[in-house]
Amino acid sequence: MLWLCRLFLFCAVAVMPMGAGAQQLDAPIQQLLQTHGEIIAKSSRKSIGPAIDALAASGMAEAQVVLQRWQDKEMWFNKDTAVFVFAEEIENRQLRLFDVSDGSEIGTAEKNAYKQLKPNSGIRGMIAAALVQFQLSDPDPNTRTTALDAIERDAEASHLAALRAAIDSEPNIQIKARKTRLERLLTIRFDDDDDTRIAAIVGFKGDLGVDVRAALNPLVTTRVEYAETAPKGAVILIPGADTLGVADAYDLMVSAGDAPARTDASTIRQTLIDNINGTTVAGIQIATLDNDAARLKAYAALARNGAADPLVTDETVRAALGAVTFFEVFIGAPPRVATAAQAALDDIEAAVAFNQTADLALDALSLASIYFLAAIGLAITFGVMGVINMAHGEFIMMGAYTGYVVQLFIPDYTLSILVALPLAFAVTFGAGVAMERLVIRWLYHRPLETLLATFGISIALQQLAKNIFGTQARPLTAPGWLDGSWVINDIVSISYIRIAIFVLALTFLALFLFVMNRTRLGLEVRAVTQNPRMAASMGINPDRINMLTFGFGSGIAGIAGVAIGLYAKVTSEMGADYIVQSFMTVVVGGVGNIWGTLLGATMVGTLQKGIEFLNPSNTLAAQTYMILFIILFIQFRPKGIIALKGRAAEA
Amino acid sequence: MTDTAPSSLSKYSGGAGAEPPRLATPSGGAKPLVQRHPSVLIFIGCLALFTLGITILAEGFGIGVISTSFVKTLGKTLCLCLVALAMDLVWGYTGILSLGHMAFFGIGGYAIGMWLMYARTELIVVESLAQAPLPPTPQEISDGIAAQIFGVVGASEFPPIWAVAHSLPLQLAAVVLVPGLIALVFGWLAFRSRVTGVYLSILTQAMTLALALYLFQNDSGLRGNNGLSGLQNLPGLGDVPQSTVSMWFLWASAAALGLGYLFCAWIVSGKFGSVLRAIRDDEARVRFLGYSVEAYKLFIFTVTAVIAGIAGALYYPQAGIINPAEIAPIASIYLAVWVAIGGRGRLYGAVIGAAFVSLLSTWFTGGQAPDINLGPYTIQWVDWWTILLGLSFVAVTLFAPKGIGGLIVIIERRTTPNRHGADLGPDPGALREKEAET
Amino acid sequence: MTRKLLSSTAAVLIASAGAAYACDAPIKVGVLHSLSGTMAISETTLKDTMEMLVEQQNEKGGVLGCELEAVVVDPASDWPLFAEKARELLTVHEVDVIFGNWTSVSRKSVLPVIEELNGLLFYPVQYEGEESSKNVFYTGAAPNQQAIPATDYFLEELEVEKFALLGTDYVYPRTTNNILEAYLKDKGIAEEDIFVNYTPFGHSDWSKIVADVVALGADGKKVGVISTINGDANVGFYKELAAAGISADDIPVVAFSVGEEELAGLDTSNLVGHLAAWNYFQSAESDANEAWVEAWKARMGEDRVTNDPMEAHYIGFNMWVNAATEAGTTDVDAVRTAMYGQEFPNLTGGTAVMLPNHHLAKPVLIGEIQEDGQFDIISQTVEVPGDAWTDFLPESAVLKSDWATLGCGMYNTETETCVQIKSNY
Repeated sequence: MLWLCRLFLFCAVAVMPMGAGAQQLDAPIQQLLQTHGEIIAKSSRKSIGPAIDALAASGMAEAQVVLQRWQDKEMWFNKDTAVFVFAEEIENRQLRLFDVSDGSEIGTAEKNAYKQLKPNSGIRGMIAAALVQFQLSDPDPNTRTTALDAIERDAEASHLAALRAAIDSEPNIQIKARKTRLERLLTIRFDDDDDTRIAAIVGFKGDLGVDVRAALNPLVTTRVEYAETAPKGAVILIPGADTLGVADAYDLMVSAGDAPARTDASTIRQTLIDNINGTTVAGIQIATLDNDAARLKAYAALARNGAADPLVTDETVRAALGAVTFFEVFIGAPPRVATAAQAALDDIEAAVAFNQTADLALDALSLASIYFLAAIGLAITFGVMGVINMAHGEFIMMGAYTGYVVQLFIPDYTLSILVALPLAFAVTFGAGVAMERLVIRWLYHRPLETLLATFGISIALQQLAKNIFGTQARPLTAPGWLDGSWVINDIVSISYIRIAIFVLALTFLALFLFVMNRTRLGLEVRAVTQNPRMAASMGINPDRINMLTFGFGSGIAGIAGVAIGLYAKVTSEMGADYIVQSFMTVVVGGVGNIWGTLLGATMVGTLQKGIEFLNPSNTLAAQTYMILFIILFIQFRPKGIIALKGRAAEA
Repeated sequence: MTDTAPSSLSKYSGGAGAEPPRLATPSGGAKPLVQRHPSVLIFIGCLALFTLGITILAEGFGIGVISTSFVKTLGKTLCLCLVALAMDLVWGYTGILSLGHMAFFGIGGYAIGMWLMYARTELIVVESLAQAPLPPTPQEISDGIAAQIFGVVGASEFPPIWAVAHSLPLQLAAVVLVPGLIALVFGWLAFRSRVTGVYLSILTQAMTLALALYLFQNDSGLRGNNGLSGLQNLPGLGDVPQSTVSMWFLWASAAALGLGYLFCAWIVSGKFGSVLRAIRDDEARVRFLGYSVEAYKLFIFTVTAVIAGIAGALYYPQAGIINPAEIAPIASIYLAVWVAIGGRGRLYGAVIGAAFVSLLSTWFTGGQAPDINLGPYTIQWVDWWTILLGLSFVAVTLFAPKGIGGLIVIIERRTTPNRHGADLGPDPGALREKEAET
Repeated sequence: MTRKLLSSTAAVLIASAGAAYACDAPIKVGVLHSLSGTMAISETTLKDTMEMLVEQQNEKGGVLGCELEAVVVDPASDWPLFAEKARELLTVHEVDVIFGNWTSVSRKSVLPVIEELNGLLFYPVQYEGEESSKNVFYTGAAPNQQAIPATDYFLEELEVEKFALLGTDYVYPRTTNNILEAYLKDKGIAEEDIFVNYTPFGHSDWSKIVADVVALGADGKKVGVISTINGDANVGFYKELAAAGISADDIPVVAFSVGEEELAGLDTSNLVGHLAAWNYFQSAESDANEAWVEAWKARMGEDRVTNDPMEAHYIGFNMWVNAATEAGTTDVDAVRTAMYGQEFPNLTGGTAVMLPNHHLAKPVLIGEIQEDGQFDIISQTVEVPGDAWTDFLPESAVLKSDWATLGCGMYNTETETCVQIKSNY
């Protein structure tokens, strides 16, 4: 009704001049919009259908523009007159208005007087689907791709014909391939001819695409039915034995009205309450009804008197179920098509399972590389030097914050990462050296005190980071070329940032091996580790070596921090998230051996992903069980996977 | 307060360190404990005076100068002192740096919390169901309680872990048995495999983390992150004001601390205590002497876990709520911090450290400490207290390994002569610097 | 009172605007928000909000002719400390009303104390419901004021047929997801079409979970994600979503815990189009909101944003002022009675009403994330009355809360009895 009034107003205003240009109020497109004005303004997907259909079917050239600009949230309407316009916001709460029929400017207006149409993504999808017919043969390849996206999201039966018509004329090979594939998928879904559909289904044999399974799965939906005897060829289900539970099967009969509902405790209770007569129910004192057996007896008495429905027992249920046969029927497609789809799906599922395992392995590998990266610095300070550095996690955090600060000054993400990596190394190297000089040096023979002192530093650093950067997560954004994922197929994919971390982890493994085995520093480090006095008497300065080694380990932690910040978050507590896992990684692998750390990380990562796979709904449980497993593992193999033997073990 | 360090200290202090430590000293059963340790008497006396003073000053039975919330804080602090005693026993005397004792503390709290919640809710449910037209069946009562307790976390059934929650004696047994059993199993596995030193610390920390993560899950059946709350309301005693209840708990905590102190002093005196210290100073030598090091360690680890559990069971009804955050690894680290600052290897040191640091911590984080205005920047203690704590901890480790307790020794001028190459541990006969360097 | 001897005060005195007040002692307003620890980032904002509101009210002449004084304490994100501080506020500082708490567990910690000492608490954050205390007014959203309308939006506007309920493992997501599961089954969504996952706080390894969500699309149904993921973990989650190339058009995500403040820590360019449901967005168009945002920015800085819990405090505080004025006293019982039916214009253009179940009637807004970290409001309902006990779980469907006429927060409509007067903590 309101809208009718507005239409009146609109007619009244129609004669008045509106700003600079003249608004063409009687243009057919405006008229068409006005006809559906109410539902357009309401902007709900449930009711908007007729408006979009009318525009799409109107045959007007402007309709396409209107749909597009509506989709882009550029359409507004006047709150009083309900006239639709295109508009863009300019300063001072003003709008610049354009006519809907030809896009000509018609002046400016107060923003308050107009209301913006904000189609939600559901409506935008419908508009996109309606636009497909205009876009499939558009000269601009981007527009054609948009149309294909729209079909993928919201396919309609009408798209099939349009798509078929647009394939042959397609010049771009990639788009043509997409069109062909889409046409095959739509054939499966919408074609009338069963043989054509089956042919299309067979064509997708072994295809791993999610879209293929999305097209096939609805075809094989089944429904459980029952009858005296099952029809020929139907899959017979036995309640309780197959996927069909006894309770479900009986509920099916109850809902069809073929059996009385089960008598559950609450029914009994309610019936008894309804039949209370003074202080008794069916002649039984109420006070005695404080257990299930007594209540059942009272109910049975009521049932005998006819005051209650007869008790439905398990026996009754069994009898009812025994009288009929349950079976499955296909409801998604004719049986022939469904059977073909099922065969294709079975074929695909095997490949899917294999690929899922591969994807899981990839995830595990990625997690392992993250743990390895976080632990490699620790493998140096703890594994080689035997220093417990509980502030290791905070060095990771310092590296990440360094990356964040660099990005504040260098807006180019690629450049900032290139600057941040060495800078993070420098910062944490400095911090590590300072810590070694000031604290750890004095505690080399008191490992437990080292642990506690570094804990003190750890909590102080964490709080310091909170004071400086606040407790909110800070953004550390990866450069654009690390966005996205490496997609092998629809199941197996891994994001580039994780690949980068993997590569970084391998690089540091190589660097570590190189430094330890091929450089003077590495030689001296090994010498000092094995026998500081002998090393000192050979002219090596153990103090200097300890300082450098510790700095090196801390510096690597800083770089790990940048990498971890890129894929997750930068907060003052991020270090604490990794510290226990890092120690676990080093200890499980075997202290003092970088290959052990690598194995440890692989084991921890694989284990975690494996448990997650077994219990997908609770990631927290996976972490708990992983830690428990590691505790047990260490109990039975205290020296880790690769245990140092002989004198090195005692050093 | 006088020196309460083990008798051996006074025996050897001031001497030139010529006499070797005698591990197998007879326990001196002829003399009663208090005579061998007059300090125990002094400690108990101080504790009693303190309790009496608070009783007089508090609202519950006294003149009301001290608010109930402060009485609760003091009561809780006494429980923290008790768990610090346990930590001192296991770390200061036996040299096992356990980062898991606050987990046992939390388990004790959970065990008593389950009964408190169950019993309180049962009263409510029974009262509510009594108004129903039919008398409730046991199943209905149980369902009602479950819906009340677990409705908060979106469940309505009792997990198996609550099987004995209805019984106070059984839950009280759980306060002692669950931490004890976990410590026994964990300790047996760890000590048997000769996991020692920092490895053991990391392992205990991992155990704590695993427990905290487990409790954090809703599926654990202990209300996940929400934990158990409303524990300050004792079932059936709804009419008793909190000012009175807080006093009961203060007395109970003081009694527990006193008994705990006596027990710990008894353990560390005599031969058993000497063996413990010997294990701390050189485990291998004690083993070569024929002692079953593992059995000693396991015993101490388990016993201290039980003490921690009891302390937790007294602490959480005063705090009112227990949840997994209380068990987080950082809590156990703070426990070590208290003991270290107070002074390891001295029972009174642990008590002083826990009381001093936790009260100071409350004062600083409570916003009561005055901000320091430095012109362009104002130091707000809520932000800087943790940093101060962390750094002071480093300083204590580096410069005053004997903590505040050591300070008392200095005041009493009973310090051992400062000689190079002296004992590393707080007690005579500890590992020497020279020995340690090899 | 002599009790203050040992508990030094933590009062932060708000300088008065120089007005002369009729009464000699100021009215004390307790502010119980964490200023340190993990929750500080969210709660400090609310402390600042309260100080601003008190200041504004004093400029208008205070309440009942008295100056207001904000008493700020810091419970330091430590749940037992919340109970201790609440007791301190009520017995030592003797405040007349408390505004505070963020997490559910902190509220549960405070409840017994507030009920024992008959205090008055205004709780401003969206929560899981299933509670109604005589001494608490819940100005945040109950599940039916946020989760249910957002799910309706998914079902009706986006035609989502398969749901992934992802949450951080704590009570709010657990209960909300339980309610939503029951609701979705009511709406005919099969159990196998609902995927539930819980992750720890601050979770960062999202690749497998995102892959699982993508795999849900394999049976041809439209997938939507309802996220109750809390805090920092969102950063990794949205980054992984973006890396997997999932646009809001393919798999929309609606979040209940991501607001303007949270988006400040994210690069939002990859999140454009994903959704959030709240009762307030900074981008709401109304004169009151403009003035509010302007005052906030003038006080706290140009880059600060406003959010939903701030509006809740704005409404709660103003209602309390009006109720106290109406009652002529700040006595808790009198104010509580005067609170029922209080109306106050909310910042999104409508009117909030305080219901007898201590919840507000508020509109539900759904916003799409924009590049600038603000939300584009694409849907706004009429005022929805908050429901303390959800209708979608069998145990609580029979319960209702009515403190005005029944005088009970947990009234069983089946047995027509009051289950308990105190709340279930």
